Amino acid sequence: MAETMTKSVKEKEELEWFGPKERKLITDPLNDDNPVTVQILGVCSALAVTTMVKPALIMAVSVTLVTGFSNLVISLMRNGIPKQIRMIVQLVVIAFLVTVVEQVLKAYSYPVWKQLSVFIGLIITNCIVMGRLEAYAMANPPWRSFLDGLGNGAGYGIILIVISVIREFFGRGAILGYKILGATDEFLLNTTKHWWLSWYQPNGLMVLPASAIFLVGIIIWIQRARNPKLVDVS
Amino acid sequence: MYSNRYITIYTLIMTLVVSVVLAFAVTGLKPFHDKAEAIYKKRDILGAIEGQLPKKLVDMSDEEVLSLFDSTVEQVVINAKGEAQDGVKAESVDMAAEEKKPEAERQYPLFIFNGEKGKIYLTSVRGNGLWDKIWAYVAIKDDLNTIVGTSFGHVGETPGLGAEIKDNPNFPKQFEGKQLLNDQGDYVSVKVVKGGVKDPLHEVDGISGATITSVGVSEMMVRGLEVYLPYLQAQKK
Repeated sequence: MAETMTKSVKEKEELEWFGPKERKLITDPLNDDNPVTVQILGVCSALAVTTMVKPALIMAVSVTLVTGFSNLVISLMRNGIPKQIRMIVQLVVIAFLVTVVEQVLKAYSYPVWKQLSVFIGLIITNCIVMGRLEAYAMANPPWRSFLDGLGNGAGYGIILIVISVIREFFGRGAILGYKILGATDEFLLNTTKHWWLSWYQPNGLMVLPASAIFLVGIIIWIQRARNPKLVDVS
Repeated sequence: MYSNRYITIYTLIMTLVVSVVLAFAVTGLKPFHDKAEAIYKKRDILGAIEGQLPKKLVDMSDEEVLSLFDSTVEQVVINAKGEAQDGVKAESVDMAAEEKKPEAERQYPLFIFNGEKGKIYLTSVRGNGLWDKIWAYVAIKDDLNTIVGTSFGHVGETPGLGAEIKDNPNFPKQFEGKQLLNDQGDYVSVKVVKGGVKDPLHEVDGISGATITSVGVSEMMVRGLEVYLPYLQAQKK
């Protein structure tokens, strides 16, 4: 009798739709546990697609969707996946989902597919997708995994957008293709009339991938200096 | 721990399901792909002479593009010696496949646009960018020397760098008014140069940060247009 009393009962956790834990899954990767600046994942593609804001936006949205849905699928399958070949199964699931979407897109919206086709390979090989499958979806229920995927995709997307805005602004004097710095009268804003806009010469370094690694470094520096949770206590 | 038997069966079923679904998706959607690709290609070709068209290409529906193409464009296929070939349609010539053949057996598509301001010859050129193939349709006026427009394409150049040949409308625009032949009538084509154009008839400005793509465009313009020369010269007489 006494034995059964002391036996520790594993508490069954209540699963909610949007409890505090679920909300944390979305908000954590945006700052405290950002995939790019804290986990240092997905930096390679962050260098490649951030020369302009538009491709960065496309990449941010596609990666968010892919991490969300592949987390969901893997989480549903997680109890049946043999541990020895789990990485292969994960990769097959990611590549399968992305390829099916690619084929449908190619048939029904060819120009969009043309624009995206460069990114498709970058999405499949993005380490954030597989990193989240390994670290989270293999051990957690589907809805939470889905949120975790969306959160991490969004955390990656935020960094992409910040870097691409800086790079396009200083590298081309433009945002989303509209020139606002440097002399031009092609667009709505005729910058040749304002000396404080027209003096600027675009900085060629900002267009090159090397500038992105400096920017990532600076963002990490600022984030670590300001966020008490990330300060090393050693 | 799972048994080897479970793992083998799991792998087999997974591979089977994935490959069957993908095979169905690819073959089932093939007709749609082909149709979309043909329309896209025709838009691409007409893009080189957008200024001569009654309407802007983006405002045209797919059907309008097809009917305009069929009614105004004459298709010729020429061989490596510059002679017109019979029985082949230019739109069915696949430049990627031609590239693999020995040079003497290659065929080149030529689209002749019959516009209000006379004929415009649309040539197709193909070359190497940084990561993969690049190509262009180059429109040549009926003086058989002056370029009136270009439309570039690429498989996978870096967005913001090499991909600017297509994404930035100012790059193809530079080619307008350039000439293939110099004053003596020798073939020089158009080159992409770094740091300022010195010869305004035969040079255009490159893209900063995309040196290899720029060099590729130069080479493509020189080698690609050369094969059309014999045919174009023959038209002059």
